[in-house]
Formats: sequence, structure tokens, C-alpha cells
Amino acid sequence: MLISWLIEPLSFEFMRLAIAMGFFLGILGAVVGSYLILQQMGMMSGVVSHAVLPGIAVAFFWEINLAIGAFIAGILSALVVMLIQSRSTIKVDAAMALVLSSFLALGVILITLLKTHQIDLDDLLFGDILAITSLDVIQTAIITAIILILTKLFYKELEFYTFDPIGAKACGLPVNFLYFGLICAITITIVASMQTVGVLLVMSLLVGPAITAYLLVKELHEMMIIGAIIGVLSTVSGMYLSYYFDLPSGAAIVMIVFSFFLLSFLFSPKQGVLIRK
Amino acid sequence: MLEVYNLAVHYHNNWAINDISFCLQPGQIMGLLGPNGAGKSTLVKAILGLVPVSKGAVKFASRPLKRQLKKVAYVPQRNQIDWDYPITVEKVVMMGRIPATGWFRKPSPSSYHIVRNALEKVGMWQYRQRQIRELSGGQQQRVFLARAIAQQADLLFFDEPFNNIDLQTESIIFQTFAELKQQKKALLVISHDLGLTLNNYDRFLLLNHQIIATGSKQEVLTKENLQKAYGKFSSELGII
Repeated sequence: MLISWLIEPLSFEFMRLAIAMGFFLGILGAVVGSYLILQQMGMMSGVVSHAVLPGIAVAFFWEINLAIGAFIAGILSALVVMLIQSRSTIKVDAAMALVLSSFLALGVILITLLKTHQIDLDDLLFGDILAITSLDVIQTAIITAIILILTKLFYKELEFYTFDPIGAKACGLPVNFLYFGLICAITITIVASMQTVGVLLVMSLLVGPAITAYLLVKELHEMMIIGAIIGVLSTVSGMYLSYYFDLPSGAAIVMIVFSFFLLSFLFSPKQGVLIRK
Repeated sequence: MLEVYNLAVHYHNNWAINDISFCLQPGQIMGLLGPNGAGKSTLVKAILGLVPVSKGAVKFASRPLKRQLKKVAYVPQRNQIDWDYPITVEKVVMMGRIPATGWFRKPSPSSYHIVRNALEKVGMWQYRQRQIRELSGGQQQRVFLARAIAQQADLLFFDEPFNNIDLQTESIIFQTFAELKQQKKALLVISHDLGLTLNNYDRFLLLNHQIIATGSKQEVLTKENLQKAYGKFSSELGII
């Protein structure tokens, strides 16, 4: 009964692709998201995910790969936030709010000016799993593999940098290079997730599984592993919910991510609200 | 020898520090004193190149310090660290071995040995598996002291290591300072305390945006200098 319930959706090509996609995005989001929230930059995922719009409009107009346009615009937005923060006394949350809406507005204007109305804003904002191709899945698998290898290679330096950036810089680590690498990883993850969950909901994949694990573990690598398991469980079960109850897939995934967080928030052995004495 | 020449840092149209020149010899512990907002932390950060420097130069062993940061250990103020970060005591101390380990490598067996010795020296070995959040303020400071020891640096900087710690930690810190001094290391320590602990330093630098005085205890801690730096009489400062 349960097995046939699990297997039935797999007879459809689009569901097989969606679940494979969800698997890789669950891992990617948790690993990159762990660094993101330890840097106290959770909102940065919101900025980058909205700021990709002008890049997509321009890429569409020039008929180049939309992901490349999105990536460049996302990186630019992060650099603008950094610039405002480092060259003024303005705090980072205000800078992020301004940059997020300005890039989004620029995207809307570019879509109008360049007459690229064929861009379906709805799909972009909420994701469309029906449109996932096998090429998309392969692309995401390769991105996930690269990010995992880079994380392994630079693990100790990234841990030092995200824990004690000043101490890391003081003993000569190239902190700007590490920071830029993290920004690139975050942007790539967002661009890869966009199609499945949409720009409005991608924040959840980056932040949710990572903070859920954060409440359960005492070391960074455990946070990544448990976060990845939660991420994969969320994306895959979200796809099933979406299939059986005819729900929008992105929203279903996000609600499952939140349910896992709630469980951890209430019942984490060390930090659970209902457990702590 | 650490040599600092005419160092200056400019923040939003004000001089945070200006015209700072001094030397620190191997085997010396220098106490960096001054009122709140005098630029003590800024001076240390400027020496290490952590903040943009308007002018001046910093040399160590006759070469620019910037190119030999591997020889430097820096213990930041405790409030600059996110103590909820998911990491254990042993891993924090192992961070001190990263400059010696290099890219793409795992710490060597000797690094594990060095980390163990450092943790034992500060009395924290039995806490090595604890997450840092679970430690007291003094224990957290000792973990960072162990990290500085494990780094085996020649030049060590401590930013307010004595804030909010217990007496046991204070005595462990000074004991470690004495050992580092014997190993011919040079130490620069920011402190607030103008009491008995001053006897643990060889040299002093009294700062209030500019150098008020530098030299031995007798030379620096005079009534006039302290009044110049703090704007108060020494009796109000509780000096012994």
C-alpha cells in the first residue's frame, strides 16, 4: 500500500526529474545555507534571489543562458550590499532591504523596456516543476558535486573564517577570497533552486534545514549532514504532497521545511523550548 | 623586534590614532593602557592590517609584518566572537594550527600533540569535546589562549583578555605570559587594570589617540601622564 503510494508518481517522467532535482537541492541548500546562517547573513539569500531578475531579463533579451544572467546579477547585488556596508555607517539590514527592492524594480523595468514579456513572472516567483528537464537535473548534480568538493577542500579555512573572521585575517588567511567564494556558492545555489521553488521561496531551502540542524548539533559538519538529510526529506516529501493533493510544489516544500524546524525548535534535546528546564 | 613607525588611522574625519611609533623586543611583554575609546584596539588592528591605515609602517624582524602574518597570534575581544557557533573546544584550538598546516592538508599528528599540550597548559583538556557555548567566560578566554599557544607564533596580541574572567583564569594567563616571555616571544596586551597586575609587564604604552608615554613603569605611570591620558587624578584611578 505505502510502497505503491510511493512508486506510483515515479511512473511519470516529470516526477522522477522533480524528485531527483529535489534530492540535489536539499543537499546543496543545507551545506551552503550552514555557512550563510553562521555568517548571520540569512537575509542575503532573500536579496540575491530577488536580485536575479534584471539578469534574467537581459539574458532573455540577448538569448544567452538565463542562469548566467541570473548569476551575474545575484553577485552584483551582494557586492552592492557589501559596498554600502563597508563605505558608510549604514547597517547591513537596511542596505539589504534597499538593494533587494531596487534590483527587483530594475528587473521589472527591464522586462517592460526590453519587451521580454515571454518571461513568466509567475513561474519565476513560485517555481514550476513541470518545466524541469533532465539537462537541468544534470546541471544541478554537477553544481552540487562541485560545491561539496570545494567545501571539503576549504573546510578548515572556511570554518575559521566564519567563526572568527578577524582572527583568520590576522594570521594571514585571504578572507576576501573566502567571502567571495561563499557569495558565489550562495548565488549558484539560488539560481539552481529557482526553477523548482521559485525566487520567493528559495530562502527557505537555504535557511530552513540549516537552522533546524543548528538546534540539534554541536559541530559544523554535523550541521551540514543533518541539514542535508532534512533538506532532502523536505524536498522529496514536498513533491509527493504536491502530486497527491495538487498543491504548488514550492509552497509544499517550504511548509515541510518549516514543520521540521518547528519539531526541532520544540523538541531539540539540548535547546528545545519544551525540553529545556 | 616589532617596529611601528608613525602609524595613523583616520575614521570619518577624526584621527582614531595618530603618530604612533614604538618598538617591542623579543622576550618583552608590553601593556597597552588608556581610557575607553583611546584607540587601543584600533592600534592593534592597525598593526595587523585589519583596518585601513592612513600612514605609517610596521616591521617585524626588519621586514614588513604584513608578509609574515603566520608568525602572529591575535586573541580578539570576547564580544567579537559568536559563542553560539557550533564548534568544540578542541577544534577552536586546532584553528591555531591552520597557518602551519597549509591549504588542502589535514593537521599533522604533531599538531594534535601541540593542541593537547596547549589545552592541558590552560587546564581545558577535559573540556575538549564541549561546545564552546557551554563554557564560562573565563574558560572561553582560556580556549583562545590555548589557540594562541598552539599557533607557536613569535608575536602575540591580546585584546582585553582580562575582561569578566575568574581569578584562576587570570593567574593561568599571567603564568602563560611568563612562559612565552622565556621563549623570547613578544607580547602586546591591552588592559584596563591599573592595579597590581601591572607588575606582570616589562614595558608600557599609555595611549589616548596619541602616545602619552612609553617605556618602563616608572617612566610611564606618573601622575602627570595618567592625568593627561585619563583626565583624572591618579588617586581616582585606584593606582597602587
